[in-house]
Amino acid sequence: MTTMNKLASVTRREFVAGSAATGGGLALGFHLPGIGAANAQVSAGLAPMAGEMNAWIVIGKDDTVTIRVHRSEMGQGSSTAIPQLVAEELQCDWSKVRMEFASVMRHIRENKVYVSFSTGGSQAIRGSHVYLRKAGATAREMLIRAAALGWGVPPADCRAEKGVVTHVASGRKATYGALADAAAKIAPPADVPFRADAVWNIAGQSPPRFDVPAKVDGSAVFGMDVKVPGMVHASIKQSPVFGGKVQSYDEAKVKSMPGVQAVVKLPGDGAVAVVAERYWQAKTAMDALPIVWDEGENGKVSQAAIIERLKAGLNEPGVKVRHDGDFDGAYAKAAKKVEAEYFAPFLDHACMEPMNCTASVTAGGVEVWVSTQNAEGALAAAAEAAGVPPDKVKVNLMYLGGGFGRRGRQDYVTQAVGIAKQVGKPVKLIWSREEDIQHGFYRPISMGRLQAGLDAQGNLMAYAHKVCGQSIFAYLLPHLVKDGVDASSVDGTHNQAYKMDNCKFDFVMRNSHVPVGFWRSVGSSQNAFITESFIDEVAHAAGKDPVEFRRGLLAHNKSWTNCLNMAAEKGDWGKPLPKGSGRGIAINACFGSITCHVAEVTVDARGRLKVDRVVVVLDSGHAVHPDNIAAQNESGVVYALTAMMHGEITIKDGRVEQSNFDNYPVLMFDQMPKVESYLSLTQGEWWGGVGEPSLAPLMAAVANAIFAATGKRIRSLPLKNQDLKTA
Amino acid sequence: MIDLKVNGKLHQVDAAPDTPLLWVLRDNLGLTGTKYGCGIAQCGACTVHINGQPVRACVTKLAAVGNGAVVTIEGLSNDKSHKVQEAWIAEQVPQCGYCQSGQIMAAVALLQTAPKPTDAQIEAAMTNICRCGTYQRVRKAIYRAAGIKA
Repeated sequence: MTTMNKLASVTRREFVAGSAATGGGLALGFHLPGIGAANAQVSAGLAPMAGEMNAWIVIGKDDTVTIRVHRSEMGQGSSTAIPQLVAEELQCDWSKVRMEFASVMRHIRENKVYVSFSTGGSQAIRGSHVYLRKAGATAREMLIRAAALGWGVPPADCRAEKGVVTHVASGRKATYGALADAAAKIAPPADVPFRADAVWNIAGQSPPRFDVPAKVDGSAVFGMDVKVPGMVHASIKQSPVFGGKVQSYDEAKVKSMPGVQAVVKLPGDGAVAVVAERYWQAKTAMDALPIVWDEGENGKVSQAAIIERLKAGLNEPGVKVRHDGDFDGAYAKAAKKVEAEYFAPFLDHACMEPMNCTASVTAGGVEVWVSTQNAEGALAAAAEAAGVPPDKVKVNLMYLGGGFGRRGRQDYVTQAVGIAKQVGKPVKLIWSREEDIQHGFYRPISMGRLQAGLDAQGNLMAYAHKVCGQSIFAYLLPHLVKDGVDASSVDGTHNQAYKMDNCKFDFVMRNSHVPVGFWRSVGSSQNAFITESFIDEVAHAAGKDPVEFRRGLLAHNKSWTNCLNMAAEKGDWGKPLPKGSGRGIAINACFGSITCHVAEVTVDARGRLKVDRVVVVLDSGHAVHPDNIAAQNESGVVYALTAMMHGEITIKDGRVEQSNFDNYPVLMFDQMPKVESYLSLTQGEWWGGVGEPSLAPLMAAVANAIFAATGKRIRSLPLKNQDLKTA
Repeated sequence: MIDLKVNGKLHQVDAAPDTPLLWVLRDNLGLTGTKYGCGIAQCGACTVHINGQPVRACVTKLAAVGNGAVVTIEGLSNDKSHKVQEAWIAEQVPQCGYCQSGQIMAAVALLQTAPKPTDAQIEAAMTNICRCGTYQRVRKAIYRAAGIKA
């Protein structure tokens, strides 16, 4: 394995560890990153930066505090929440804090000093809070010790607050800016206690986000907006059929079109690009270029065939995910049985900013400017594509116009570098929206077969859920498929808190040629819909109120019970609604957090659905920026509603049928429900994510509300294919 | 060379007359605040004003602009002080932010014709797509800019 391959594979693995971990978080207890980094910088032959306390924190003479952020900013807000958490421990003056994105080049140079750049799996806080807090707390102690040393007093007699160290007895004071140089020379203390949530005065607040002002005047620079001297533009066409190859193209037809400089085939023969002075020239010529594709076997695959294979799969035993007690025995004896099958389609991410990357390849190395969820992955991809060692690559991380899991992949980086290498100039590659929707890494298609047995009193005696669907890991990271099980495919089924003594959860893998990937909330995006809709079915079959029924299964778990109860209370559970309206509840845990939704809907006589109100209760354990969490909850609701109402990628002749927002519509302003957001925080040992959990149970809450309003049970998505008319 | 009035300045633009205004703004004039999202007037990320009217720059040919006065997000103010920009910051509207130039331009155009818009007017005017789901905050920010109590 070459160094580059090794780096690429490590990076991919890290991304997945961050993306698909089902609640584990990072293994703790390894070397503390970033502490003593100034020394590492010296050993790398670089001058240490003045006032650098560690790789995360630089304190200026003017008392400004720069805090580095290792996760990409795609709207999820961690470029503010990460500095908050560091600043909380540092106890600096928040008004003097600036953020900057950490250097992935330094990270490579200094033994992964920033741990991970992967921005997925709702990991930004929950996967880094220990080392971020340690970086802040350690620096605070170093500042205190520097002051104490200068004053000749014991450090324990000094206090750090709002960027000032005070000797309590004498009232002497020194600002962090004045102490920074001396403090940076003090050995970092090994054990520093963290501040408890109860005394937080920076974390737990909702200061204005750092990235917002640049996003109201057009000055925020996304990958799409990069300007590099001498830059030309590229438009790309990839094989419409996944896995197809370019057979031939007629360059002469476009060579003399205005601005056109080159027509290039991409390495691997899966795509052609036209390079022109300006983007519109490149796009116009690209559309005019005749291309003959070798579609291969995949050109015959249809949606119906993919679905038939899934349906057949449900009749196979599959592989064991979790078997407790004796399902078969208990089910045979059940007084009442409930069975159902559910379906969830392929979905595209459809980030607002289509995929793009700017690359420059010179004799000295490679430089890329890119919106990516993993700057380290982008670096590895660029090195591999250019055939240079990683230390010859510079990555400029730009703001992301949405990510949702799509930008964890680096295909656009590989392409841009491949084109730049051939044309010998900096190239900005821009995908059309059509390329973006037709060349995604889709949320897998999936089905579920569920069975529940109730005793005569309506108590749950037996429960089974078999998932049959396409595996992300089998496509991206086959070594993570364990005993035939892709943990991401079954997330949200077997690992929920419900008490189920006799249960079985199984998995049948049915892969297609369609590329799949991590789509916001991953396996729970299908399985929370399926599980929580079915639990609702079972509650009704048991003749019990859906909240009451869940309470009975959750009594042993305080966090889940609190979350459920708060949602029921805030969501006015049990209060009457007009005819045609209904209320539904659903609860799920994924990415370390618990979410419970209560949705209110109205379905009119013609079957038109309006989601009127959604109450979201989240238990993320801790809350660093509550207003941002509310924003993420609103976001999760909209992303889920889009998928539920409209979302469907279908395959015909081996290719995606949808191409743009006219045939892959999304939720619009006038369909937005009123979203109310609440926190039910356990504040214990665990920290949960906030970017994905609020999406997962929403579809079930709405489906259960539709049932309450109409008596119609939704078992297949999207709703545009369902008739909700009651008459 | 084609004359183009943008943000109060007259430019001479070297582009084919059928080039969409969006790409003239971005590639010829470097005004990258106006975004490409779909190219078919569906998403509104490219919304600019021509003579005060909101238009989708991705389907507006350069030749069709003529003497029209184009205003882009960069032309609203020099210092984020337009009341709609201030409202957007106060309500912390943007998430990823990619669609927000278009959202803001649509909102500014709305408030020019309806200083105290009704919900129905807001819903009719705000047809821009946001994948992050900021719609609720967009509405609050419009209320705030219009001085409407929610």
